[in-house]
Amino acid sequence: MLIDIKDLVKVYQMGDNQVRALDGVSVGVSRGEYIAIMGPSGSGKSTLMNLIGCLDTPTSGVYRLNDQVVNELDDNALARIRNKEIGFVFQTFNLLPRTSALENVEVPLIYAGVPRVERHARARKMIDLVGLTDRSHHQPAELSGGQRQRVAIARALVNQPSILLADEPTGNLDSKTGEEIMALFDTLNREGNTIVLVTHEEDIAAHARRVVRLRDGKILEDKAREPKGGEAHG
Amino acid sequence: MWLENLRMALRSIMANKMRSFLTTLGIIVGVAAVIGVVSIVQGLNFWIAGQLQGVGATYITVFPNRDPNDPDVAGRDVKLTFEDGQAIVAAVPEIASFTPVYFRGERVRLRDRKATPYLLGVGAAFQEVNNTWVEKGRFFSDIDVAARARVCLVGPELADKLGIAAQALGKDLDVGPVTFTVVGVMEKQGQMFGQNYDNIVVIPFTTAREIYGDEAMKQIRLDFQARSADDVQRAKDLMTALLRERHGIRRDQGDDFQVLLQEEILETTSKILGGITQVVGAVVGIALLVGGIGIMNIMLVTVRERTREIGVRKAVGARRADVLAQFLIEAVTLSALGGIVGILGGWGLGVLGAKAIPGFPDAHVPMWAIGLGFAFSSAVGIFFGVYPAAKAAAVDPIEALRYE
Repeated sequence: MLIDIKDLVKVYQMGDNQVRALDGVSVGVSRGEYIAIMGPSGSGKSTLMNLIGCLDTPTSGVYRLNDQVVNELDDNALARIRNKEIGFVFQTFNLLPRTSALENVEVPLIYAGVPRVERHARARKMIDLVGLTDRSHHQPAELSGGQRQRVAIARALVNQPSILLADEPTGNLDSKTGEEIMALFDTLNREGNTIVLVTHEEDIAAHARRVVRLRDGKILEDKAREPKGGEAHG
Repeated sequence: MWLENLRMALRSIMANKMRSFLTTLGIIVGVAAVIGVVSIVQGLNFWIAGQLQGVGATYITVFPNRDPNDPDVAGRDVKLTFEDGQAIVAAVPEIASFTPVYFRGERVRLRDRKATPYLLGVGAAFQEVNNTWVEKGRFFSDIDVAARARVCLVGPELADKLGIAAQALGKDLDVGPVTFTVVGVMEKQGQMFGQNYDNIVVIPFTTAREIYGDEAMKQIRLDFQARSADDVQRAKDLMTALLRERHGIRRDQGDDFQVLLQEEILETTSKILGGITQVVGAVVGIALLVGGIGIMNIMLVTVRERTREIGVRKAVGARRADVLAQFLIEAVTLSALGGIVGILGGWGLGVLGAKAIPGFPDAHVPMWAIGLGFAFSSAVGIFFGVYPAAKAAAVDPIEALRYE
């Protein structure tokens, strides 16, 4: 099991009130899966994503990633896991401004301590993979939304992470461009990448082969489905 | 990693050129001020040391203490005369040679050319005692001095002004009310504190006494050469005792004269110049403090503006230490760049300033001042960069990624 989550609880203190954003969630994800986490706002899906992405630590429960108990790790170890094991794709792309596409893709490798020459080569390969070969020296401001998201996906993949964690990846794109990005995710999944997709759009979730629905911090439904993007990966 | 941080810092600084410049202006001005003043003061110091080296370690000078604020001499009839000098020569065996130095401004005229040089009334030993020599012609002799001869020597600049640089010897020169014959031209000496030692006319002391009267000779300078550098301290003690006795000074009274050795002159001047440097240093310290606060302020703004960037960096694997290093290096780069600009600016100011004052020695920027300017500005960056950098490092990535 790649992701093994047992009875995860996250409680936020909001003034005098305690908010149980996650209230005993258990879920397991195997390597190569394509899973969508769905739910209305306030359902706890963002909280779950932050926990899976090691940006946050749970109040109680156990989160194992690659058989490592993550919720016991310190800040530096979490940073290392984010660097090596998780590839984030955000709704707002979150590229560094005034930094070329290629250099943006290099950023995780810098923190991984990869030497300059190797860094360059690996980043270039990822840029090629997402089809931006001739845009590699453009800055984010000179790229379209779809191109920006491709750069973000290249950045997410460059350290060969265990999970590709995408939070509303098409939320800021028109539907045609969104479909192109989803097609890219489908391809990446077919090539063996584990993808966790957080979304509230049924269209987008339809690309996944398994949908987990959350409501009020609890799992409402967890079922496999026939993916829209093509035949299942074998 | 360090190189990457430096690259990121430079990129960020260049992205906001105007802001970066204004931010570091405090540092630039502070460092430029210290380098400018130090370069001028050090140039002066260098030059004075060189001048005194020329006089030699065996040079001793005595001059009257005329300080009206000194209670020991207030209301007393302070005298220092040629006879005092003669008595010293007779009584102190360590003294090798002696010249009185009478000094005043005077008008001179050669036909239709006029000038106002300094007039020096000195003895025949002036050349040896002050290590100042004749360039052309001859100095006056003991016989000239004894005869109160109306012979004079001119400094090279005065010779120029009078139009006799090429052919000075034998010319008749009106010095004040009296006509002298020029017998020599002195060598070039340069300038000191705006006093031009090349714009002089030198006449025998006895002749000066005859023209300006005994009263004018009551407060003169007495210059000596000791036999060896080892003798100067002993000579000074003996001279002091003798002069106190001759001037009838009681035990409880201070001296009405001052005996200065060459090395003491050096000490005194470098003490004064050191004092100037310290005052400037204190002022600059305040400038750097203000500059540092400016940097801290702008770094705090930067951290706030780039909260989202910090969040992204943390999401892709930056540790707290990485973020801390990034912003600290940015602050240090900013202030060190300010330091470099300040050093160059101050250097330019010092050189131009020294050139702008006529007769002022050239500015000299010592390596230690450059090192200090750079080190201080960098230190300011570290000191005032730590807090904003720590704030950046502490940013919660979840909050930061949501930050608009």
